[in-house]
Amino acid sequence: MERLKPVDVVVIGGGFTGLLMAKELATRTSVSVVVLERGPDRQLLDYMDDMDEVDFSLRFRMMQNISEETVTHRHTTANRAVPVREWGHVRLGTGTGGSGEHWTGVANRYPEDTFIIKSALKERFPASRIPADLSVQDWTLTWKDIEPFYTRVEEMMGIGGKAGNLQGRRIDGGNVFEGPRSKEYPVRPHLQSYAMTVFEKAARELGYHPYINPAATLPADYTNPDGISRPACQYCSYCMLYGCMIGAKAQPTNLLLPILKEKKTFTLRNGCWVRKIVHRDGRAEGVEYRDENGREIFQPASVVVQATFTSGNVRSLLLSKIGTPYDPATGRGTLGKNFTHQMSGGGNALLVYPTKLNAFMAAGGQGMAFSDFDGFNQLDPDANILRGGTFTGGGGGGHPIASFGTTPPGTSARNWGSAWKQAAIEHNDRTGGGPGFSAEHLSYRHNFLDLDPTYTDKWGDPLLRTTIDWTDHERRMRDFSAKISDRMAEEMARVSGAKIHHRPAATTGRRSGRYQTAAYATTHLHGGAIMGDTPADGVVNTYLQHWDVPNLFVIGASAFPHAGPTNPTMTALALTFRSADALIERYLKNPGKLV
Amino acid sequence: MKRREFLILPARTLGGYLLASTLAGEPFLAQAQQAKAPDIKIPLKFFTAPEAAVVSAMTERIFPTDANGAGAREAGVVIFIDRQLAGPYGHDKYRYTKGPWVESIPEHGYQGQSNPRQIYREGIIQLGNFAALGAAEQDQALIAIEKTTFFQMVRTHTLEGMFCDPLHGGNADMVGWRLIGYPGPVMAYRHEIEKYRGVPYPKVEPQSLEQLLGRKVPAWEDEPV
Ligand SMILES: Cc1cc2nc3c(=O)[nH]c(=O)nc-3n(C[C@H](O)[C@H](O)[C@H](O)COP(=O)(O)OP(=O)(O)OC[C@H]3O[C@@H](n4cnc5c(N)ncnc54)[C@H](O)[C@@H]3O)c2cc1C
Ligand code: SF4
Repeated sequence: MERLKPVDVVVIGGGFTGLLMAKELATRTSVSVVVLERGPDRQLLDYMDDMDEVDFSLRFRMMQNISEETVTHRHTTANRAVPVREWGHVRLGTGTGGSGEHWTGVANRYPEDTFIIKSALKERFPASRIPADLSVQDWTLTWKDIEPFYTRVEEMMGIGGKAGNLQGRRIDGGNVFEGPRSKEYPVRPHLQSYAMTVFEKAARELGYHPYINPAATLPADYTNPDGISRPACQYCSYCMLYGCMIGAKAQPTNLLLPILKEKKTFTLRNGCWVRKIVHRDGRAEGVEYRDENGREIFQPASVVVQATFTSGNVRSLLLSKIGTPYDPATGRGTLGKNFTHQMSGGGNALLVYPTKLNAFMAAGGQGMAFSDFDGFNQLDPDANILRGGTFTGGGGGGHPIASFGTTPPGTSARNWGSAWKQAAIEHNDRTGGGPGFSAEHLSYRHNFLDLDPTYTDKWGDPLLRTTIDWTDHERRMRDFSAKISDRMAEEMARVSGAKIHHRPAATTGRRSGRYQTAAYATTHLHGGAIMGDTPADGVVNTYLQHWDVPNLFVIGASAFPHAGPTNPTMTALALTFRSADALIERYLKNPGKLV
Repeated sequence: MKRREFLILPARTLGGYLLASTLAGEPFLAQAQQAKAPDIKIPLKFFTAPEAAVVSAMTERIFPTDANGAGAREAGVVIFIDRQLAGPYGHDKYRYTKGPWVESIPEHGYQGQSNPRQIYREGIIQLGNFAALGAAEQDQALIAIEKTTFFQMVRTHTLEGMFCDPLHGGNADMVGWRLIGYPGPVMAYRHEIEKYRGVPYPKVEPQSLEQLLGRKVPAWEDEPV
């Protein structure tokens, strides 16, 4: 094994959180930073060629090569896990920028009480209503602590939105249920499509508080505090699963890399696959990796930052034997605990609009939402659920292959042949549904991560095994979301003149109510290396510093003790900023435990 | 060396664009064009000629040419499929293929060991003399296998070949995009999104990615396996 010269900080993973940490270090200190990224280098010009549905949406050309590493899944410890053989429920990125290149750009903050979930549930419900196997915990910080960091992320990315709660003042047109913001969004909200106007009208008729969802796909030209200028989005629709060829979507390669490339203290090494963190006596000494030629290399470092997404972070700690693996039988150990996957739901209605939607003009993250049922808002006693969620809709992004073929029930006996072709052409670009639903996924004792005993990656290292299933609580949340969504669909039909069809739930993909890996859900996995107030409660402390190994920081959504109701990246990056501040302002001056 | 197999199509069924985009540089093409031959011989990368005939016939029943316009035949769907199966996708190059292989529940999706090339080969054998049957008999034969992995794969690939960017060898002359009024990849809609809110977008001449960029774009299926 080749041994390289020591560096001050090595960052494992050149995705969103890793490059943000590197940028903070490289611009605010003089320490040397090496980022090891296993995928290829990427740049703006690559994204000219990617407006192609087959290679990028359907064959996942930008995604990590799943033949080399995947995860396995089983519902319970009594089942045998099988590998996810092709990209299904999640799609992980690779290369410079990671999933932050092909993400969608939906840019919500979490609600104020997400961070104190355990206390909030305790205050709201008698103990008898809380499921015995729930393992939620408070986040080690409160809204007050995280709010300034949300603002920094929004200003860096140029999030387009409208405040609904400015320092406690509720403002119509924004999300009036959000936690108090210190500042207005830096950029105006997105332009509205026809489908968005229908959603908004219907929601208002029903007394909800719709807003244009905040998005990282710039609705107007913008220069951020780092001096990075990016042009307004052109609504090209080749957004989620694609990189943006003009840099309108906030991506690590357009926000962070241009700054890093100027810094002599920064090095990015692509094609480098880190296999483990080397440590002795509670100190990380560096990392072992294989470079693009398969050579084995040891990179010594004073500080190690682990930033390979939720699944990669937890697997790396397990493979490196850092920390105590969680045992669901005894509840002991923290590593792998509280694995969650953002909940989604929605209704079963199909709307046929009187006009074409032009869904091919759209941006990632462009859409409407209402949060009238978030958290404890209007909890329906009959629904028997502990938390609600956010309803979203009106987004476009129709590519010709994937959007073709929706026909109302009863129009043709089969989904091929002449009769079907006629119906599919007639309804093309004219159909939609009621709102979708995204909701908190509470953590449970039985949902966790460990190493698979059977399946291995391309080097022969064990894969990560996910043990997770929905419970009756999530199934009730789904039923509740279907009720609200179908009611909205009726109203959307009324205000637009659309024809509404009610489809049996069995035909809309929500059949079994069990966790599945075959069809896409979201790439929003959380937990496994959670933050906790003490080493007994978490793998990392509130600054994402490892409890047992103080010169190791484990950043990203792996630190979330449970899943908030909306998409995770704003929160993951806010925590990364907070961790960077602690690392730079305190740790580097006085290396040791920050808590 | 393996004998080269050809798909023989009447020249008038396929748009000139397909020939130009997918077969550029093939010497036989220029010859065929010069000779104004009634048939075009398209070199196959994976299928044998009889296999291509079966798959072509299947795609033409799944997405027929009829009163509603062009179908799989005009779009050259079988050529799209042949190229996909010859490339990394057909070989499962980007699928996790380590054992043990075990059957699992539907929530885990396809766990089988066969790659798309094998699924096609075996499926085609089961269909026997399919290409020689009449349309009604072909439909009966397809209804009988509707639930199989093979049929569902062919159906999915038929839609892909109908509406893909022509750089993949299907959607010849953009017949699929014309059918549904898809304008092709367009970089800038900022000034149109509000203008066409609730108003159908005008029928425009679609543009492919290579036309938009004015150069060749590397298709993934051409990556060596
Ligand atoms: C299709 C899609 C849509 C999304 N949409 C949204 C959205 O709308 N809103 C939202 O908030 N979030 C969204 N996300 C999630 C968002 O992309 C992630 O939250 C974010 O990128 C996480 O940053 P990260 O640094 O933790 O991981 P990544 O950005 O994924 O970076 C991890 C990096 O680590 C590298 N790596 C992994 N293992 C190793 C190793 N062993 N050695 C070296 N390098 C390694 C990977 O190649 C990768 O580049 C979406 C994700 C996907 C996939
Ligand atoms: S929709 Fe907008 S942000 Fe997304 S890729 Fe196109 S131009 Fe970029």
